[in-house]
Amino acid sequence: MIKALLARLKQGYRTMDFPAADLRLPPRGLGRPELSGRLEKAAAACPYSAITAGADPVLDLGKCVFCGACAAADPAGVSFTRDHRLCASRREDLAVKGAVLKRADALGADLRGIFGRSFRLRQVSAGGCNACEADCNVLGTPAWDMGRFGIQFVASPRHADGILVTGPVTRNMELALRKTYDAVSSPKVVIACGACAIGGGPYAGHEECVSIPKDIPVDLYIPGCPPHPMTILDGLLRLLGRID
Amino acid sequence: MKTENLSSFDMPAADMDPALFFETAASRLGAGGRTLAYFAVPEGPEHRLVMAIGFDREGRVEVYSCLAAGPSFRALTPSFPQLHLFEREIFEQAGLKPEGHPWLKPIRFNTPGAVPGVADFFTVHGSQVHEVAVGPVHAGVIEPGHFRFQCHGEKVFHLEIMLGYQHRGVERRLSAGPDARSLHYAETLAGDTTAGHAWAYCSALEALAGVNVPPRAQVLRGIMLELERLANHTGDLGALAGDVAFLPTANFCGRLRGEFLNMTALVCGNRFGRNMFRPGGVNFDLDFALIKELRLRLQDAFRGVENAVGLLWETGSVSDRFENTGVVSRETAEGLGLVGPAARASGVPLDTRRNFPYGPYEDFTVSVSGSGDVYSRAYVRWLEIQKSAELVAGWLDALPEGPIAAECGPLRPDSAAVALTEGWRGQICHFALTGPDGRLRHYKVVDPSFHNWQGLAMALRGGEISDFPLCNKSFNLSYCGRDL
Repeated sequence: MIKALLARLKQGYRTMDFPAADLRLPPRGLGRPELSGRLEKAAAACPYSAITAGADPVLDLGKCVFCGACAAADPAGVSFTRDHRLCASRREDLAVKGAVLKRADALGADLRGIFGRSFRLRQVSAGGCNACEADCNVLGTPAWDMGRFGIQFVASPRHADGILVTGPVTRNMELALRKTYDAVSSPKVVIACGACAIGGGPYAGHEECVSIPKDIPVDLYIPGCPPHPMTILDGLLRLLGRID
Repeated sequence: MKTENLSSFDMPAADMDPALFFETAASRLGAGGRTLAYFAVPEGPEHRLVMAIGFDREGRVEVYSCLAAGPSFRALTPSFPQLHLFEREIFEQAGLKPEGHPWLKPIRFNTPGAVPGVADFFTVHGSQVHEVAVGPVHAGVIEPGHFRFQCHGEKVFHLEIMLGYQHRGVERRLSAGPDARSLHYAETLAGDTTAGHAWAYCSALEALAGVNVPPRAQVLRGIMLELERLANHTGDLGALAGDVAFLPTANFCGRLRGEFLNMTALVCGNRFGRNMFRPGGVNFDLDFALIKELRLRLQDAFRGVENAVGLLWETGSVSDRFENTGVVSRETAEGLGLVGPAARASGVPLDTRRNFPYGPYEDFTVSVSGSGDVYSRAYVRWLEIQKSAELVAGWLDALPEGPIAAECGPLRPDSAAVALTEGWRGQICHFALTGPDGRLRHYKVVDPSFHNWQGLAMALRGGEISDFPLCNKSFNLSYCGRDL
């Protein structure tokens, strides 16, 4: 017992402030992109057609896997900042134009009243590579301590206020996803976490994948491949109206 | 025909008559060979069977192939259980029936009409026998899979593991490459094994293109792979502590795992090592300041892990749950062809870094522990953490000078190459075949989990169902790496 207590002293207090003014992705990290020029070369370099070139070019964060191929092909046209705040409330808001990205809105006052201080999520892993899952799990460690904001992943959809979906939704997971969604009582929230859940990610266009069905409405989109834990937590807190 | 890890060869040289193929395969497996890969490649209206066998002690790879004659072939699983999933896969992918296979059923449910999880499950009958079904959606934040236990009270007679929910068609797309997405597919075959799989993919292409990867790039790759191992092993030891309700180590390791991921992100910008590898070398270099920073962080994180993990071995309530739980004997491990920490924890001295050396690995000593239980699988991880930290520290101190990438030119036509690396879960095998145009004709991926899932099922046999989470975590296998 004494050894466990001594170890606790040695390991120290590790929970980071969140949000904090100086939180940024690591120096080589790829965060919110900024665009200039017509981006023809960048668009041609993207394996996922995430960039529409032209006088008013657009980069769709919902299709982007943050591989940096566009910035390598057109360094003057696309530059990735270290800004981790990438989440959006509507699919179309993920379209970056110039240096502008519309960040996620909070839920309406009625839902905030229900979920604002206690928000429980059932995670559904549906065909991804397990990296999104890993970075969701990280939010439970002492460094991030998502529980301090009243957010928690729970075992049963019956105990949950919503689902957080990762992966491109394979044909083989389609039914399980729907059953899990149906098992959560209304009102409920749906979060698409990671490039796969939003637009198929690296597996976009595969016939083995069906994506989140249209009749399951998504309330929050979290881009990234995988999203950094900072990005996920930022999105969740914006959804609950804890960050403006 | 004989070859070795990372050398390309003419595929027609491996061709033999079907009858001789099965005789040879049986005799080589009987002589101590271990299946690295066994698969069918479409060839006109027919299929070609290809088997790669590894001889660990000699570090030799042998490849045999034959044109399958007719709609079925001779199953070797009854004599060599390590082939059971490979033959089921050939049945599902190519429609060739392994005659005499005792366990023939789908593995990925990706054929027309197949419904995931609906299969002919093994059942046990008796008045007090009951069945427990779990998944595909599990209680934790983990990947989907279906587990079915045949129990008598708490005792597990049999566990059947039915996966396929993560099947997203990656192998098929890799086979149509190389193209702009190929490397991303390799990086996400199992997202927590980005370095392991990306290295294997790049190596296969480099072998086919005849490229020599510069020494500095090899060492930088080694740093990424060992950081990946450090992060995952540390996370696993924390999770094992969590599963026996020993929260200090669970909490400390949860944070420390992140320190290793952050070191990876310092090198390439991504916590999982994405964007680092490319055929011919790597994309990011280290300067003096970054080396210094990494050295400090490594030292700090390693001391933290030493302190956190040390508690495990000194706490009676932990030993009580770890020892003699989920025992896999060496005989079972060898019979099933287990790889990685799961094999080494059962006393099998197999590590690609030792047996099939590649890149920067020289004179590597394998960490082995013999008891085959959860304790052993935990302890092997701790031994490997020490080894990996030592390797990374050594490499940071003596990084070779020179370029970080070479040009990777066109691939040799009508050739093949086997690329083996040691991911943190065990041996990864990529088998690439090119066609006459120098494009890929087929690409086969064997994740270590493909070999190891049956090991988990055997670990539960005769155990208690309440030990399942602990046993499962002690293997911590990949669903997506197996389902592809």
